[in-house]
Amino acid sequence: MDLKELYRDVILDHNRHPRNYGHLEAGAAVRHADGHNPLCGDRLTVYVRMNGDTLEDVRFEGSGCAISTAAASLMTEAVKGKERAAVHALFDEVHRLLTHHDAQPGRELGKLAALSGVREFPARVKCATLSWHTLNAALDSGAATVSTE
Amino acid sequence: MAADASILTPAARAPAYDAARVRRDFPILATQVGGHPLVYLDSAASAQQPLPVLRAVEDYATHSHANVHRGVHALSQAATAAFEGARERVRRFINARATREIVFVRGTTEAINLVAQSYARPRFGPGDEILITALEHHANIVPWQMVCEQTGCTLTVAPIDRRGELLTGELERLLSPRTRLVALAHVSNALGTVLPVRRIVDAAHAQGAVVLVDGAQAVPHSRVDVRALGADFYAFSGHKMYAPTGIGVLYAREELLGAMPPWQGGGDMIRTVSFEKSTYNELPWRFEAGTPNISGAVGLAAAMDYLEGLGIEAVAAHESRLLALATAELARLPGITLIGTAAHKASVLSFTLAGVHAHDLGTILDTEGVAIRTGHHCAMPVMTFFGIPATARASFGCYNTEEDVARFIAAVARAREVFA
Repeated sequence: MDLKELYRDVILDHNRHPRNYGHLEAGAAVRHADGHNPLCGDRLTVYVRMNGDTLEDVRFEGSGCAISTAAASLMTEAVKGKERAAVHALFDEVHRLLTHHDAQPGRELGKLAALSGVREFPARVKCATLSWHTLNAALDSGAATVSTE
Repeated sequence: MAADASILTPAARAPAYDAARVRRDFPILATQVGGHPLVYLDSAASAQQPLPVLRAVEDYATHSHANVHRGVHALSQAATAAFEGARERVRRFINARATREIVFVRGTTEAINLVAQSYARPRFGPGDEILITALEHHANIVPWQMVCEQTGCTLTVAPIDRRGELLTGELERLLSPRTRLVALAHVSNALGTVLPVRRIVDAAHAQGAVVLVDGAQAVPHSRVDVRALGADFYAFSGHKMYAPTGIGVLYAREELLGAMPPWQGGGDMIRTVSFEKSTYNELPWRFEAGTPNISGAVGLAAAMDYLEGLGIEAVAAHESRLLALATAELARLPGITLIGTAAHKASVLSFTLAGVHAHDLGTILDTEGVAIRTGHHCAMPVMTFFGIPATARASFGCYNTEEDVARFIAAVARAREVFA
């Protein structure tokens, strides 16, 4: 297991300087959901402002390990401006990357490919998927708490 | 003091503690992790088992196993002798008056739940209080919350300070005639704090309250004498003291245990059964429904032999040296905050590293072969008190060495570099 594979520069950078960090003011088009990983205490809230079926703006805030913080940050960059169906497809790709040993990151993943090292550390996969599950919850129900357990 | 050799204690005459020799008793310590020899610093979660324990369990299964208490055949008698022999071993280990006061359970959690459901639930009601401390493990919080929901009694919490010391004076102030039971850890699993149990027992008894002590983290590191402590209930687990998982002990004063209704019904806990009415067995079997963990009890007895063979005081002194060394070395690294700096601690070193989440730290240490615990340590209220989501925790056992400490410190320094 190579630490450099897990803590790539992209991950360390997004952990240190998370993008789209903060919240969105409540509004008719704004949805949010809370995510919690009770095993490690990671907590985050994902906010989405919808414009029709498009995720016009996405923010997150909370506290977590480098993997969960960087994964959330990378996610917000990747999904902003995309339509809901495309976001779901992207999550499926990320999930495949994190759980299939020989999955090759497709080009559509872009910077999210930096998460591929996580799959060598099974205990940490949940850290990388927490923000995605939370985003799904925000999209599906508007307000809920999801848990990794 | 006169230089009279005859007054020297055996400990004072014993040769220096030989951790390298102790390590050879623990085959698992030869494991390689990611190409590195294992450094095991997670004994507070679960300690490893020495050969004498592994062999005792194997020997029992090879030569003596059958069900206990109900066979006339040779093996059943051998199994019963082994199981009840283990109970006597436990009695001696904690200096209980009688084996009737020793109930075998799965572990500390089950012991506390037994007391909650069998002692507290039938007796307590609105207006009654259960007093715990702010540094308890979830196992010494949730069972009492359940009793409060079931009976309408109230849970009260004695505070700690920023060093992780119990504010014993505050606890004493919270004691009143309404207090029916005080439940507290002997040693905090998250902070390492050793609590002044004897003083609290006296204060609680003066108000007519009984005291349950969660001894899970104390038994491996100190000689526990339940009568000297004055505890009414004392709970501990085998697997934190070098025995297998799934076996633990509830010590309960006979006078209390004898007045408690059975907790679980089934075989072994009865005297007679008819469809109209069943009568219950004597102590302690009344509280041991179903086939018990016989081989676990055998392993626990062997672990007690092993620990006393090493000398609990010698082990504790060795662990204290390692804790002091690791604490000093760790505090020297920039960005380290020690969580739990009580004056009197045992075995546990909890800390945070600025800019590095505990889980990243745990992963990085693991890649160096160093096993520590990261997270909330089943003590979420403690984390909330310190305003942190998690800590990294190194804990020491009889087999750890100064080299383990050095590798641990080097691995933490490496984590700082990765995140620099």
